[in-house]
Amino acid sequence: MTYMMNMRDTLISYIYNKMKKNNKIVFITADLGSPALDKLRTDFKERFINAGIAEQNLINISVGLALENFIVFTYGISNFLVLRAYEQIKNNISLLSHYKKLNINLIAVGTGLSYDISGPSHHCLEDISLINTLPNFHIFSPSDNNIALLLLKKYFYKNVPKFFRLDSKPLPDIYNVISDFEIINGFKELKEGKDVVLITTGFSTHTALKIIEKHKKNWGLIDIIRLKPISINLIEKIGKYKYIATIDESFINKGGLDSIIKGLLINDETKKILSFGVLDKYPLLSFKREKIHQKLELEPKSIINKIETFIRNI
Amino acid sequence: MLNQKKQKELEEISKKIRQQSINFHINNPESRIASALSTIEILVTLFFCDFLKFEKKRKMFQNELILSKGHGCFPIYFILKDFNLIKERTKIPIIPEPDKIFIKTINGSLGHGLGVGCGIAIANKIRKLNKLIFVLVGDGELYEGSVWEAIMFAGHHQLKNIVLIIDNNKICMLDYCKNVIDLEPLEKKFESFNWCVKRTDGHNISNLYENINILLTIEDKPKVLIADTIKGMGVKKLMNNPLSHIMSLKKDDIQR
Repeated sequence: MTYMMNMRDTLISYIYNKMKKNNKIVFITADLGSPALDKLRTDFKERFINAGIAEQNLINISVGLALENFIVFTYGISNFLVLRAYEQIKNNISLLSHYKKLNINLIAVGTGLSYDISGPSHHCLEDISLINTLPNFHIFSPSDNNIALLLLKKYFYKNVPKFFRLDSKPLPDIYNVISDFEIINGFKELKEGKDVVLITTGFSTHTALKIIEKHKKNWGLIDIIRLKPISINLIEKIGKYKYIATIDESFINKGGLDSIIKGLLINDETKKILSFGVLDKYPLLSFKREKIHQKLELEPKSIINKIETFIRNI
Repeated sequence: MLNQKKQKELEEISKKIRQQSINFHINNPESRIASALSTIEILVTLFFCDFLKFEKKRKMFQNELILSKGHGCFPIYFILKDFNLIKERTKIPIIPEPDKIFIKTINGSLGHGLGVGCGIAIANKIRKLNKLIFVLVGDGELYEGSVWEAIMFAGHHQLKNIVLIIDNNKICMLDYCKNVIDLEPLEKKFESFNWCVKRTDGHNISNLYENINILLTIEDKPKVLIADTIKGMGVKKLMNNPLSHIMSLKKDDIQR
């Protein structure tokens, strides 16, 4: 079995190497670790800070450092980083970034249903809609280690607040090649198809790949790697499809991936959009991800059935 | 010790800033005048006793002041005018806003300033810079849990360049703090988190000056000065009124 590296370790390894050459980089955690972090926290005692399980203070300290022109990496579990410290993120990052240049990078691990068996207190179904609401933020949603690293490299020195939403589980590689243009565009057409395009992000891109490859559906697939700012070039890419299916482990109709896509296509009455995600009820499920997906009808078979039924009934 | 001449001078400045703040409030009745009036002597001491280390040529301060109780800090603009750092006709917001000259933080929301100050202190520690970071908070602001996260952090990391000043005017929005959640004993609370504590009359400039200087001699701990003040100091209608936070003044209300 091939060892699959975790996205956070990929990013942290890169940050570690940058820290060796650049003493303006700091890394702050809310007591969350990782194998790659062990070396960083030993070798950079002055520039590694454990703020403890105190997300509000974690964000505030990060802001103080960024105000002093440090490049700051702030690391925590998605649900707690975003929701516990949301007002700090709004006030001291989003709002303050209208006045001051802040190179703050929130590395949020455990997006969607990543922490599956830990149950709903650890699931993060709200992060896209919450961070998307905040001005000035860039939201990156990589689907594999290669893209995660490319996004980090591309935007490393950009003085804007950035939100990296990472799955907590190791995911298989998808990308061998992606052009700089595609990184700048913030999406990649992984597969061209007929009539139906699946629009996905992060983990759901892997679900979509199973639909296309394992279940042999001749549908298109677009992986959104940057959710904010969303590229209007996406409209042209979606142009040739009649049916759009958005898939994500987040609430639907609440500002997540589906709302972003619907917002882009709002003036196009020719498109029919179907959204897959979580309805207005928290999944009270603490099973393995595959089982949660079955219960929520988010696994490939259910998605395929629903899309085909939808098309037949139009 | 502050010499008598300097003390008199600063008391006159405080009187002037107080009057300017009241005049501003009459024209901007949504401003929180009672909260502002308890901060005057604290702000005057920090600026005019040069704790912030003003560099005249570069027109900047070496040390930081974070206005965490932002709603009570609009008097700072009259001080900045005295330093010729802002123009006479600059529009003054009722809550200080970040700018290029002095103010780094968003100050309308409570509970953030000390944490941000800790971040700046860490930055200075990494760079081996010996700059002071003053953070002005209100006593009601101490109800915010985020402040205590920062207090624990600063104490543990021995952030010796942090000087927290509590404008302890004893009244929050609806009542005396002691009736809402009694904050005392404050000294014991801070000492248990490894802070060095002093307490003084927050309207006595000489005492403020002396106590800040004593605190600055401590090498290995963050410092806190509990400044006992009167909310609405200088206006009879506001003083010792538990609802003074939300009160607006008219010209007739002013008695000096």
